[in-house]
Amino acid sequence: MEHIRTTKVEQVKLLDRFSTSNKSLTGTLYLTATHLLFIDSHQKETWILHHHIALVEKLALTTSGCPLVIQCKNFRIVHFIVPRERDCHDIYNSLLQLSKQAKYEDLYAFSYNPKQNDSERLRGWQLIDLAEEYKRMGVPNSNWQLSDANREYKICETYPRELYVPRIASKPIIVGSSKFRSKGRFPVLSYYHEHKEAAICRCSQPLSGFSARCLEDEHLLQAISKANPVNRYMYVMDTRPKLNAMANRAAGKGYENEDNYSNIRFQFVGIENIHVMRSSLQKLLEVNGTKGLSVSDFYSGLESSGWLRHIKAVMDAAIFLAKAITVESASVLVHCSDGWDRTSQVCSLGSLLLDSYYRTIKGFMVLIEKDWISFGHKFSERCGHLDGDPKEVSPVFTQFLECVWHLTEQFPQAFEFNEAFLLQIHEHIHSCQFGNFLGNCQKEREELKFWRNMYHQFDRTLHPRQSVFNIITNMNEQNKQLEKDIKDLESKIKQCKNKPTDGILTKELIHSVHPESPTLKTSLCFKEQTLLPVNHALRTIEGSNPADNRYSEYAEEFSKSEPGVVSLEYGVARMTC
Amino acid sequence: MEFAELIKTPRVDNVVLHRPFYPAVEGTLCLTGHHLILSSRQDNTEELWLLHSNIDAIDKRFVGPLGTIIIKCKDFRIIQLDIPGMEECLNIASSIETSEWRLSYVNKEFAVCPSYPPIVIVPKSIDDEALRKVATFRHGGRFPVLSYYHKKNGMVIMRSGQPLTGTNGRRCKEDEKLINATLRAGKRGYIIDTRSLNVAQQARAKGGGFEQEAHYPQWRRIHKSIERYHILQESLIKLVEACNDQTHNMDRWLSKLEASNWLTHIKEILTTACLAAQCIDREGASILIHGTEGTDSTLQVTSLAQIILEPRSRTIRGFEALIEREWLQAGHPFQQRCAQSAYCNSKQKWESPVFLLFLDCVWQILRQFPCSFEFNENFLIMLFEHAYASQFGTFLGNNESERCKLKLQQKTMSLWSWVNRPSELSKFTNPLFEANNLVIWPSVAPQSLQLWEGIFLRWNRSSKYLDEAYEEMVNIIEYNKELQAKVNILRRQLAELETEDEMQESP
Repeated sequence: MEHIRTTKVEQVKLLDRFSTSNKSLTGTLYLTATHLLFIDSHQKETWILHHHIALVEKLALTTSGCPLVIQCKNFRIVHFIVPRERDCHDIYNSLLQLSKQAKYEDLYAFSYNPKQNDSERLRGWQLIDLAEEYKRMGVPNSNWQLSDANREYKICETYPRELYVPRIASKPIIVGSSKFRSKGRFPVLSYYHEHKEAAICRCSQPLSGFSARCLEDEHLLQAISKANPVNRYMYVMDTRPKLNAMANRAAGKGYENEDNYSNIRFQFVGIENIHVMRSSLQKLLEVNGTKGLSVSDFYSGLESSGWLRHIKAVMDAAIFLAKAITVESASVLVHCSDGWDRTSQVCSLGSLLLDSYYRTIKGFMVLIEKDWISFGHKFSERCGHLDGDPKEVSPVFTQFLECVWHLTEQFPQAFEFNEAFLLQIHEHIHSCQFGNFLGNCQKEREELKFWRNMYHQFDRTLHPRQSVFNIITNMNEQNKQLEKDIKDLESKIKQCKNKPTDGILTKELIHSVHPESPTLKTSLCFKEQTLLPVNHALRTIEGSNPADNRYSEYAEEFSKSEPGVVSLEYGVARMTC
Repeated sequence: MEFAELIKTPRVDNVVLHRPFYPAVEGTLCLTGHHLILSSRQDNTEELWLLHSNIDAIDKRFVGPLGTIIIKCKDFRIIQLDIPGMEECLNIASSIETSEWRLSYVNKEFAVCPSYPPIVIVPKSIDDEALRKVATFRHGGRFPVLSYYHKKNGMVIMRSGQPLTGTNGRRCKEDEKLINATLRAGKRGYIIDTRSLNVAQQARAKGGGFEQEAHYPQWRRIHKSIERYHILQESLIKLVEACNDQTHNMDRWLSKLEASNWLTHIKEILTTACLAAQCIDREGASILIHGTEGTDSTLQVTSLAQIILEPRSRTIRGFEALIEREWLQAGHPFQQRCAQSAYCNSKQKWESPVFLLFLDCVWQILRQFPCSFEFNENFLIMLFEHAYASQFGTFLGNNESERCKLKLQQKTMSLWSWVNRPSELSKFTNPLFEANNLVIWPSVAPQSLQLWEGIFLRWNRSSKYLDEAYEEMVNIIEYNKELQAKVNILRRQLAELETEDEMQESP
């Protein structure tokens, strides 16, 4: 609270981001400890969580006031005009402080408390049990076992405590291998395909340099390929472009030499690094924010940003992996540099392709917990939760969600969840409202002990958005209810027929069973009705609202073509002759 | 009121009549061939009988679902009718309104305009003689005719060919009078020229041109640039080529898609249509639309504006009527435009995917408003196929005149007669459809426009999963209807049983 000097500013203008005629809404801006709130004259509220703010800019003073531009991590961009420079400066400074927290304890998750008792909260955190998940995959079994090597986070700080390794890999081999791998991230099991008896394993790059080798590491890889009784050779996928991997050799790192390892097939798949991804997204956002964007600018911008090319590279890698397992029954070892960005993307997406369980809501949560959270994807740094190195920020997880979204588009029936679910997740990796994505790996999280203050993100009901998918999902739910209603009604009719003299009793019974049903209450003046309460709310026709912004899009074209003749203000063309 | 059959709603209940010095009367409103009658259906209150010919002017107002019609009579009386339901109110109003439009048979022999149908709708105050004169001043004899009447506020869309002003600025008094006749007193209108100002100016050298401000002071001209002919055809060829490219490289795909410019054309057309709809619905201004001939981009704009404005054109029958009116009757030269498609190497002359672009635009709107259309994507694909090759006579010929000469009505089958059979209709019906009476405003931002995969990637990607999902969706909706019907029946049964019980108890 000590950062907030001004809590309320009136007569603030919110500019329409895409309007070339500077359309705006006037309202009041409030600054709270956790949110920035704008209420316009139509009482429409815009809430911006401080942690969602990626960038605050104060632009040069204009005649109408001081412009304040806020870019959010969930890709919202708002452009305010504050009448007095002093207020603008206060808000700017406050936001600057509030959006970048130096300590984990200052984050919203620590103060977010939706009135839950401790047991509910604990249940929320225990919803996902990874040991249970490995059991579901079919490990431990005769080839794979749980290793206690990392029990105290001694071998690898960024790995979880429970790790699954081939049964024949002894502890010295593991320790030896971990010393030969960047950040100690030795090869471990990520996913086991029970039917094909093939495994997806993950690790970081070997410290091979130009010629170094490590017998333990070679043994461990051999153990992995031996753990697959069907196919002796295994794939080693380096998800980096070949050039990057070679450059790493000069730094004493690098990639596996096929001559040193028996039975491996080495493969580069060429996913770019976090810096390329960050600037790619930046370019994409710049294109999308352009006023009066033309179709060809949009597509050339989309192309030069390379964003979709990167998405495709990740998808291609996952498909390669899934094919290796289903077609060749071969195990695959995936790594990149440190094995927490690209490796997480490819392993999780590959598992999603292979296993329909991960396409359910629960399964998807498990997948994120397993491949991202427990294996140490650096959520805090990648999402810029705390004030840190801006070069560590990168949309790696966003890309993963986007890949999944592409799959939901192509295979609409294969997924239990929808777009809204993915968006909700994306919202929360940046919001710091729930504890799941805080911290960079399991160990760090346990030291902080903040899990007691949390509410589990996935317990929340998801906001419905207008879409065909939602209408259908709701209808499906409704069908189940209707089936139940039919059963109820049938049994009641039976009762009525059996006890013709007990009319009053039956009626009371009906009323007591369904007190909320108006149709039953007024059964004498029966009215035929359709039962689509939820759907009606969903089917609001968004584009038909007169206040809709969309309308201004044509209007701008309007004023652009003949600026001298027609000008547009608040959506009404006026003659200016 | 000239024709009793023009009465769309002959009777409305719960109408409230307000007259000065009398208490308000609630009753039933009836329209007959000659009278407007309001009766409370009680013996003691008097009925109102009003001759249609006594009506001098009417005003319409809407507050929520309640409509109000104020009738001003020739004997200076003013009465007010409150009519529940917007639809009913509009129907009543349009029935009793003294029409400013008439049917003209001036083109009966296709002599005045070879590409117009025999019957057209024109302002009442303009006689056939004047129409003949206007026809000589407009490209292809295409004098301004009514395309769409917006019931809500009485504004209209008209379309025509370009005025033949030439380099020396020729003018035509009858033409000016004709289009001014469509404006209400003190109102201004918009002329939307589908060519850029440059192109329109160049057209003067060839005898064409545009309306000069000086001669049409009540009209504001807006130039939009919708491409024509071979540019569109080339765009289609490039697009199809890009879609057939099997090298799976993201960047090449994106730049090829961009280079085809197809979506740019879609955006231009949609934007112009939205602009037209905006003039009508938001500005309350009538518009005249033309390009050069008035047979291509003009029709794209007039028909799409109607999709946006008129709920009926989003139904199957309404859309068929729209195609019939705005494309077939209006003289879009299907024979020339659809002679060849994207694969033809020979020198193209008149080919252009004008109609396909229109269908693509409809698809874009359909995708943005998935519940507002009675038809589905398959309906649009079917129309595309039949426009290019068909066993039916509907899309043959370049205009009505040619179709008459070919005796298509006697010698061929109509596409509509086949489509409207229940077994076929079921394939084209959108299960999500819920009629809405609103104007729908699509987004035209590049991010909102998509490649129409159902047409362009139809033969090079499997639609198995999407088809399955669609089928599943239909099943869920069908099942839902079934269940609701069943619940309703059971509830009724239960209610009956309960009434019986009560009857038994009460004596």
